[in-house]
Amino acid sequence: MAEKTYLQAISDGLRQEMRRDKRVFVLGEDVGVYGGAFKVTLGFQEEFGPWRVLDMPLSETAIMGGATGAAIMGLRPVAEMQFADFVSCAWDHLVTVAAKQRWRAGTPVPIVLRLPSSGGFSGGPFHSQNPESSFAHIPGLKCVCPSTPEDAKGLLVAAIEDPNPVLFFEHKHLYRRIKGEVPDERYVTPIGKARIHAEGEDVTVITWGAMVYTAEEAAKQLPDTSVEIVDLRTIMPWDKQAVLDSARKTSKVLVLHEDTRTGGFGAEIAATIAEEAFEDLDAPVRRIAAPDCPVPFSPVLEKAYIPQVDDVVAGLKELVSY
Amino acid sequence: MPQMGVSVSEGTITKWSKQVGEQIEADETLLEISTDKVDTEVPSPAAGVVSEILVQEGETVAVGTVLARIGGEAGAAAPAPPEPATQPAAAAAEAAATEGTTVPEEPQPAAPAAEPAASENGKSFVSPVVARIASEHGIDPSQVPGTGNGGRVTKKDIQAFIEAGGQAAAPAVAPAEVAPPPAPAPTPAAAPRPAPSSQEAEAPGAGESLEPLSAMRRGIAEHMRRSLDTSAHVTSAIEVDMSRVVTIREKLKKEYQAAYGINPTYLAFIARAATETLREFPWVNGELRGEKIVTRSYVNLGFAVELADGKGLIVPVVKNAETLNLLGMAKAIAEIAKRARDKRLTPDDVVGGTFTITNPGGYGTFHGTPVISQPQAAILGTYAIVKRPWVITDDNGADAIAIRSMMNITLTYDHRLVDGALAGRFLRDLRERLQSWGESDY
Repeated sequence: MAEKTYLQAISDGLRQEMRRDKRVFVLGEDVGVYGGAFKVTLGFQEEFGPWRVLDMPLSETAIMGGATGAAIMGLRPVAEMQFADFVSCAWDHLVTVAAKQRWRAGTPVPIVLRLPSSGGFSGGPFHSQNPESSFAHIPGLKCVCPSTPEDAKGLLVAAIEDPNPVLFFEHKHLYRRIKGEVPDERYVTPIGKARIHAEGEDVTVITWGAMVYTAEEAAKQLPDTSVEIVDLRTIMPWDKQAVLDSARKTSKVLVLHEDTRTGGFGAEIAATIAEEAFEDLDAPVRRIAAPDCPVPFSPVLEKAYIPQVDDVVAGLKELVSY
Repeated sequence: MPQMGVSVSEGTITKWSKQVGEQIEADETLLEISTDKVDTEVPSPAAGVVSEILVQEGETVAVGTVLARIGGEAGAAAPAPPEPATQPAAAAAEAAATEGTTVPEEPQPAAPAAEPAASENGKSFVSPVVARIASEHGIDPSQVPGTGNGGRVTKKDIQAFIEAGGQAAAPAVAPAEVAPPPAPAPTPAAAPRPAPSSQEAEAPGAGESLEPLSAMRRGIAEHMRRSLDTSAHVTSAIEVDMSRVVTIREKLKKEYQAAYGINPTYLAFIARAATETLREFPWVNGELRGEKIVTRSYVNLGFAVELADGKGLIVPVVKNAETLNLLGMAKAIAEIAKRARDKRLTPDDVVGGTFTITNPGGYGTFHGTPVISQPQAAILGTYAIVKRPWVITDDNGADAIAIRSMMNITLTYDHRLVDGALAGRFLRDLRERLQSWGESDY
């Protein structure tokens, strides 16, 4: 057990799997010689050689197509989009081929697609998005969004083991900001299980990714309110039971995410709570999310765009006093 | 909750016919209840204004539970003082039973005049969880101090209210929770409410829909299964030439209709013939009780009656059928069937049968294998009368084909007690009675 950054945990987990299983290989733009845009695969090519750490041309289509073919042929590709935003170029292979292959032909498609996502560092509209809800909507794809170093490693291992295409959303803002104890040995964090980040009685926040910490900060500013924070950890499949249990306990739910509001995954959560826990609600389910527009470049505007601690404090106060 | 028969310990409210604040006359229907034996209406024991409804629709409560309170005049519905009211309201529904049940309830303390339903629910929004908790605890949310927006009652408010014993100030479901000061006399303990539909149903699949199992449906399901698990069911059938009965019935019909307003149905003829035949076959009218065979000097005939909504079946019993002639039998069957359809049967109407007749022939079926009503030994099935070409022997001993009104009759019997030969002789004698029915027979 050692304290590691979120990024180090991902890197260590990936290296451990590559040492353990020769079918696991990585491919992406600048993942080899350069060690990846965020240095997740730094030193990988030296250790595993250029045939297991493939520097790919500037074509997400080729990366995704290559990963799909390799997976169908029995390998376990871990493909990287340099930024999650660029996955739109890979949409056809991912959504039309990889997501459907197992349903059409029964062949496993064990792809992990690593997607450095989210904003908070003035990355602008092309380098700051959170496209998880687009893919959660596609049957056949799994989406995980870890928030802690420990979960990042465990979920990466689970994603590599999984016979389906798994989209692994890495929160760029957390890469080097968040540190935590990470077991050295191999372990699996199950896909589809939420984690109670903080137990509480008065109000529930359902969230994932960096917003877990935003919620935590907001809760600290409300010492008289007992806030339960549910870290969903995986978006698809998602832990409906944990969400409903918490909703039934507190009867007041705030769904918080960094993605835009309309059609964001929070809408699915809110709808499910309304459908299945209606008689346990003491207030309408509230959402706090980004407005329906591209991520602005200006630091001031970006701060206004991404939900901040103050926004969550205000939302919680409103719910508590409802 | 009235005592609906000796073995009935609880009942489910299916419908309130009157709401709080409505005027009601004595004997006017106040509510409908469902027990595992019967569904029935409960008439109001007194005239007045419904001041409180303490048990909501769908809830199941023990016999003796106070269901509602009826106060004085409509105009007198002023806020009642907290001390015992001077005007004792009739303990509604408690003393009430269905018509025919004359057994009085154990004396109940006169309930205090209830507060009028000056509910302010409309003034502030009641959230789903508060509504649910209020309903579970029989609390009027308007009685709870609210701390939410605009004084709204929050979940915490109502929970705190309950913890503080607040339910005492509000109408409660269970008698044990009734306000202590004005109710010095002991009240029966509340039985746990089994909440019939609370069992978690599987989620419906695509194209499926779920509806709750009624108490009656559950009772039927349990009884049918138990009967098949108990008796060794065997069915024998016989063809009966009903031509004489058809002719005689046509004649009697006018006479009975004109004189008594009664329709002599085929069922009445068969019931008469079966009753006579049963007296000669005591085992068919008997019962296997432990190591003993029970036989009787009387015949209590059960008749399977489909309910008006088509969603249930009940078997009311005509007691001492052996004392009834054809007219009496027709009258008794018509009367009990009507009460069954109107949900006005008393529990005593559905117990004590010694033999049952079921008549699925109304829809044209010609054969069936009914399930015995436990603990009886047999059930008679009657089917459609159809005109068929039939070989008869004329007075000169010559065979001829004639058009006759034929009916199939089945006897389904418990082979543990009744052997096939005995059943065959019973059916033969029954057929003989029907085929040789004389104009002067009754």
